[in-house]
Formats: sequence, structure tokens, C-alpha cells
Amino acid sequence: MTIEEANIREEVLLICGCDVTRCMKCGKCSASCPAYDEFDIKPHQFASYIARGDMYELMQSKTIWNCLGCFACVERCPRDVRPGKLIDGVRQAAVRRRGGTHLQPEDIPSRIDPDTPQQLLMSVLRRERK
Amino acid sequence: MDLTYSYFPGCTLKTKAKDLDIYTRETAAALGVTLVEIDNWQCCGGVYPLGSDEVGNKLASVRALNDAKEHGRDLVTVCSGCFHVLKCVNDDMKNVPDIRDRANRYSQFDEPYQGETKVLHYLELLRDAVGFDTIRKKAEHPLTGHRIGAYYGCLLLRPSGILEFDDPEDPSVIEDFLEAVGATPVKYQMRNECCGGYRSLEEPEFTNRLVGKIFADAKTSGCEELVTACPLCFYNLQKYNGPDKLPVRYISEVLAQALGIEAGKGVR
Repeated sequence: MTIEEANIREEVLLICGCDVTRCMKCGKCSASCPAYDEFDIKPHQFASYIARGDMYELMQSKTIWNCLGCFACVERCPRDVRPGKLIDGVRQAAVRRRGGTHLQPEDIPSRIDPDTPQQLLMSVLRRERK
Repeated sequence: MDLTYSYFPGCTLKTKAKDLDIYTRETAAALGVTLVEIDNWQCCGGVYPLGSDEVGNKLASVRALNDAKEHGRDLVTVCSGCFHVLKCVNDDMKNVPDIRDRANRYSQFDEPYQGETKVLHYLELLRDAVGFDTIRKKAEHPLTGHRIGAYYGCLLLRPSGILEFDDPEDPSVIEDFLEAVGATPVKYQMRNECCGGYRSLEEPEFTNRLVGKIFADAKTSGCEELVTACPLCFYNLQKYNGPDKLPVRYISEVLAQALGIEAGKGVR
């Protein structure tokens, strides 16, 4: 773990307020995840990655953009580690560093249709940009 | 009993989900409930900002919560997203001193806001203040014989420790509501699974797969249509065009039908 990774880890833990040392690797989070197949690093692996300080790998993962924020893992975690919050913490750390969006604003017009609800655009913008 | 509430419609109910807003207002009026829209409310942001070190993006919710407190009313919303965000922010204001202090220092209300407002989803209002028995009596056009599945999704139920809405794994409030309007509620397993939410902007094929599984389960279980309270779920469900697709309506539209209300025209 580099000094920069240690700093990122500290920031992520501040953002999400989770204690990764409580994880007992039961895998209930991954079993509950509706986006499991879309993840390269699975929910149950997040606590270990953070404990080891492998923050660059987490920040470059597909997982942080594919997490749906559905709270299924947060609800079902028997140790109150709340993997969804860990994933969200890493995503926010990545967004803050890039200082921009994952989905660029100019990508959006071609993706909307007359029925696209504001809730969808607001959610994307809030999650994916600083 | 005074049934006057502060009302937070939310951004989508003013535009793409006008039906949800209009039917909510008209059914409320027909049931003797007064919904007073908050002046100058601002969008809740759609998703609850999880970062405990960010306060700015929680302030729109804090203003709405404080406005309801100043009027001495509970705060009602019918959008699942708004309900989720308002309730989570309210929990922060009640239980997280750092967020509470910073939000109050910025907001400069007459007196500090400390999470006093009670946030209610319209379904809770119908169940606890109006009463499903009253709805049953007033439902002059009951939906007899309609086999309807409740689609709860995520935002109404989780995290249950904060939302305290219903059992997150086996919810029943929408089924009880459907029974009150005379329909036959049909429970199916995937009613609390995620529709894919905001991922539909970037990867509609992915959300389509998730929605396909939900429709397949609902149809196999015997549902003829689904109801939801979330404009984003509604959109994702509507956009699906594979097999097993079922019609989808908002909960308040179903209630309006049972009460004999046509949108914008009042009781028929």
C-alpha cells in the first residue's frame, strides 16, 4: 500500500463510516446483489481490498459504476459492515479525484427519451459527478 | 382528527410523473386529507448522499423538513425516491451530531432543526391516518377480480432500520392497500428486488434483464398488472419490451379508480 493509497483509504472510511475489520466473509452481500454479474470485484471482496489498502484497484473497478445502490447488501449484512456503503465511498473518492463525471454531460442527450424521468438524471448526476 | 399535512411532490411529479401527483392530490381530497405543498421546495437529489463528510447536498431535504416543522405538520411524499432521501437525511439530523451541526450552521433557521419532523409516505398516511377500512367503505368502484402485484423495489424498504416502512424481506402494506380497493393482491418473490434504477441511462440492456426477471416472476405467480410508487421503477418497467410484460400503474391511480375519480375532473 502506497502513502497515497493509505490516504485514500482513510478518506473512504470517513465517507462511509464502516468498520471493515468486522467482515466475517460470509458472502451474503454477494449472494444478494442483483448486479453481481456486472462486477469485477465482488461485494464480499471489498472489505478485504480496503483492509489491505488496494485502493487503486478498487477505484479502477467496474464495480463502483455498476453498483445500483439498492441497499440489499446493506440490509442483509449480519455484521453491519454494509458493503454498499464501502462501494459508494470508493466511488466518491474516485469522482472527487477525477473532478468530473463518469458519464460525461455531453453523453447524456443521446440517451434520454421523452419519458426519461428527472429522478433518473438527478440520480446519475448526483452519483457520478462531484 | 386534523388531516392536514405538508406535501413534498418532488421534481419528477411535476413533469414526467404528473399522474402520480394529480391522483395523489385528488384521492387525498376525496378522503378528507389536506395536502399543503411546501413553498419553494427543492429537488431532494434523487439518491441519498451517503458521504458522511458532505452536507451541501443534504440541505434541500433539511429545508423541506424544517418547513414542515415550522408549520407543525408531518411531511408527506408519494415518490419512493423522495421518501427515501427525506427520511435518511432526517435520521442524520436526529442522530449524527456533525451533520446536524454543520447543516444548522449553514441554514440559520430561527431555531436549530434536530430531526423533529415525521416523514410519511402516502401509503402510511392512507393506512394509519385515513385507515384502509375507510378506503374499503369509500371504494364505490372496487377493482373486483383484478389480480394485481405490488412492486416495492428498493427505495421504500431499505435500509429498514431507518425507513421503518415495512418488513424489508416480506412487505405487505401495498397488498393490504390493494385489498382495500377491492383488488386481489398477488404476492411474488421479486417484488422487493431492484429494477436497475439509474443504470438504465447508461446500460438499458442491463436494467432490461433485471426487469425481465421481475415480470417473469410476477406473471408466473399470477399477476395481471403491477403497481408501484416510484417514477424511476415505473419508467424502467415501462421501457421493458420483452415477453411477460405486464401493464404498470401508480398506486394513486388505482386508488383514484376505486374512488371514482378521473384525473383533473374530481369524483365522477
